[in-house]
Amino acid sequence: MKVARSGMSIQAKTNAIGWSFISVAVIMICVFYFYPMVQALILSLQSGRGMNLQFVGLDNYVRLFTDSMFIAAVKNTFIYLIVQVPIMIILGLFISVLLNDSRLKFKGFFRTAIFLPCVTSLVAYSVIFKYLFAADGLVNTMLMKVSIISAPIQWITDPFWAKITIIIAITWRWTGYNMIFYLSALQNIDNSIYEAARIDGASAFKQFFQITIPLLKPIILFTSITSTIGTLQLFDEVMNITGGGPGNATTSISQYIYNLSFKYTPDFGYAATVSYAIVVLIVIFSVLQFKAAGDRNG
Amino acid sequence: MARIKRIFIYGFLIISSIVSIFPFLWMIVSSTNKSSDVTQGKLLPGSFLGQNVSNLFNSIDLVPALLNSAKISITTTVLALLIGSLAGYGFEIYRSRAKDIVFNILLLSMMIPFAALMVPLYRMFASVSQTAPFIGIDTAASVILPTVTTAFLIFFFRQSTKMFPRDMLEAGRMDGLSELGLFVRIYMPTMKTTYAAAAIITFMSSWNNYMWPLIVLQSPENKTIPLLISNLGSSYAPDYGVIMTAIVIATIPTALVFFLMQKHFVAGMMGSVK
Repeated sequence: MKVARSGMSIQAKTNAIGWSFISVAVIMICVFYFYPMVQALILSLQSGRGMNLQFVGLDNYVRLFTDSMFIAAVKNTFIYLIVQVPIMIILGLFISVLLNDSRLKFKGFFRTAIFLPCVTSLVAYSVIFKYLFAADGLVNTMLMKVSIISAPIQWITDPFWAKITIIIAITWRWTGYNMIFYLSALQNIDNSIYEAARIDGASAFKQFFQITIPLLKPIILFTSITSTIGTLQLFDEVMNITGGGPGNATTSISQYIYNLSFKYTPDFGYAATVSYAIVVLIVIFSVLQFKAAGDRNG
Repeated sequence: MARIKRIFIYGFLIISSIVSIFPFLWMIVSSTNKSSDVTQGKLLPGSFLGQNVSNLFNSIDLVPALLNSAKISITTTVLALLIGSLAGYGFEIYRSRAKDIVFNILLLSMMIPFAALMVPLYRMFASVSQTAPFIGIDTAASVILPTVTTAFLIFFFRQSTKMFPRDMLEAGRMDGLSELGLFVRIYMPTMKTTYAAAAIITFMSSWNNYMWPLIVLQSPENKTIPLLISNLGSSYAPDYGVIMTAIVIATIPTALVFFLMQKHFVAGMMGSVK
């Protein structure tokens, strides 16, 4: 009866303790995620320089559609997305299938080697790639030595090749990361499924497309969503390899937000509008990918 | 036929491995060469490592940057683990309908890209710079606070807590431990591997964080390692040998963490899919 006197049942008390355990995290996420998102929404309806802001309604959102720099940044980001994510996922899948063969020798070495790029920081590897792909850098020197090319490729300063350099860099950094996910999913697949397929005379090619891919669908979905979100937020590589150039040929959306807020005369209102554009893109892409995966199911 | 297939498989894996490792080897080799050798494409180790290291320590503020990075990453990791595990434990062990709703709302924050937060966060920290300079712009606290709590870590600990044997808590209660005592004395020691995996993820991302420190850390003496390397990389007359040495030194902590705790590292990655 002690409990009744204290005014709280044991159950209510433990429930309250539970709330106190989660309270710090809840407060922190509200303060550093949700509150800023609300602030950004309010900001996106304002315009002006620095801290002098005035309400302009939806003007900023209208401006998006006529802003050639924003359109260029979106275009670049889409090119990275459409070219790089599929290449990386297919490459990661392919390598993981090769590594999953029980008769393969030096498996541990291959796995560690291909995963190794994930250890580097984005800035560090970006700087290394910038030097490797410089006009007089090692990549050109080697390609010319083996006579694949006769004149150096302008990897950094040509609008087309600069995009290719960014795509090569991201693929180098993240293929091993995705491969580890596929590899661990493959290890959970019962080998007898493949044996049965082999007895039925299914080729390795057929096994890959009719057994492996369908069974790995959830993990492929997961990696394609995380890669898409990552690409939409691309920043470190572009800043450090090409600086967004030449012109705006490699600028990403994140970098454009950074430029609007901290490089040019700050226009925080418009920068917030652009940042909402990324949020909308992320939501649209995630929903699309979920839908695509769901449709193939049915 | 089988032989051609095997040659293809090994050939492909060997080429992939070489491509993956090559930039590392080049970085390490270049750190032992002088700048002109690096530009000429020398691929053999030289004798300039000592020279590069001493240039690095004398002409560039590597040590302060290392200390800043260490201070920020270690503080972030300790706080993130405490906040994240306490919350993950709270959501799972004291489960209720209302808490599940709150949990799902928190998960929404994983969809928010940092690029969308940087402007309002910058303004937030700028506005407190006058009244509370110790957490304002250009402080370690301003780097740590927005990154220390992630829905991912809460989710990660909650998933792991599902495997935690609850009988141990009952036994602890019988022994008269308080609810917080149960967490500290029983849960934390039992979940060591979960903490290790979470520590690796958090430390790595904090050590390598670039965008937010770039925005808030403005004075040179507060810069972290990624900012320093980025500055070196964009200098007009780069000393390649010295820069490569700096990158090697900056990569050592994360490479060590990776090689010593490879298993936990992968466990941490997988925790995000469960």
